[in-house]
Amino acid sequence: MNIEDFLTYIILPLLSTSTLLVFIRFLMGPSLPDRVVALDLMITIGISIIAVYSIITNRPSFLDIAMIFALIAFLSTVAFSYYLEKRKKNE
Amino acid sequence: MNEILIMIIISTGALFILLAAIGLLRMPDLYLRMSVTTKAATLGVGLILMGLALHYMETSITTRVIAIIVFLFLTAPISAHVIGRAAYFVGVPMWKKTKIDDLEGMYNTKTHDLMSGLEEKDEKTDS
Repeated sequence: MNIEDFLTYIILPLLSTSTLLVFIRFLMGPSLPDRVVALDLMITIGISIIAVYSIITNRPSFLDIAMIFALIAFLSTVAFSYYLEKRKKNE
Repeated sequence: MNEILIMIIISTGALFILLAAIGLLRMPDLYLRMSVTTKAATLGVGLILMGLALHYMETSITTRVIAIIVFLFLTAPISAHVIGRAAYFVGVPMWKKTKIDDLEGMYNTKTHDLMSGLEEKDEKTDS
């Protein structure tokens, strides 16, 4: 079995199934921090999908986008929690 | 031989990510959910990126992969801590079977002062 076929037919469906499960939690999430955690995990899964896609298409320049995704995930989580706490203080 | 090794590493990483997603969906509580996603998803992404580095076997790509992995391993605990702290202050409810809540009554949410539980004697002597 070729590695490209293996990644296309087994790994990518696994990763997209997990993205779907996380998206269900993102829609359900009873509170706002639940949604923030789900968004963080979705971006993390996006990094791994980009890595797998970069092996399939044989283009290593996709890795830069993965790096920027990691930065954005951290920044968004920190910003969301900062404003969550601030909103509670103002009330 | 090398290809089979890459396949095994990437499959393990994808399985860990799937476990993290199932845990995020099934766990009863925000704090338990965070404890699942932070560890399992970080390990899964690290394994998949390691498989990518083994597939290309070039110095520039390996350096970038190591940078991403180190950044993820540094920031995942920090972001989990920050969002858990914010969630506790906002008042996200805990699971009803949670036994121990060490911060209950010990933390002043207005001034952000943490008490250890031993201050009561000092306060009495002061007053």
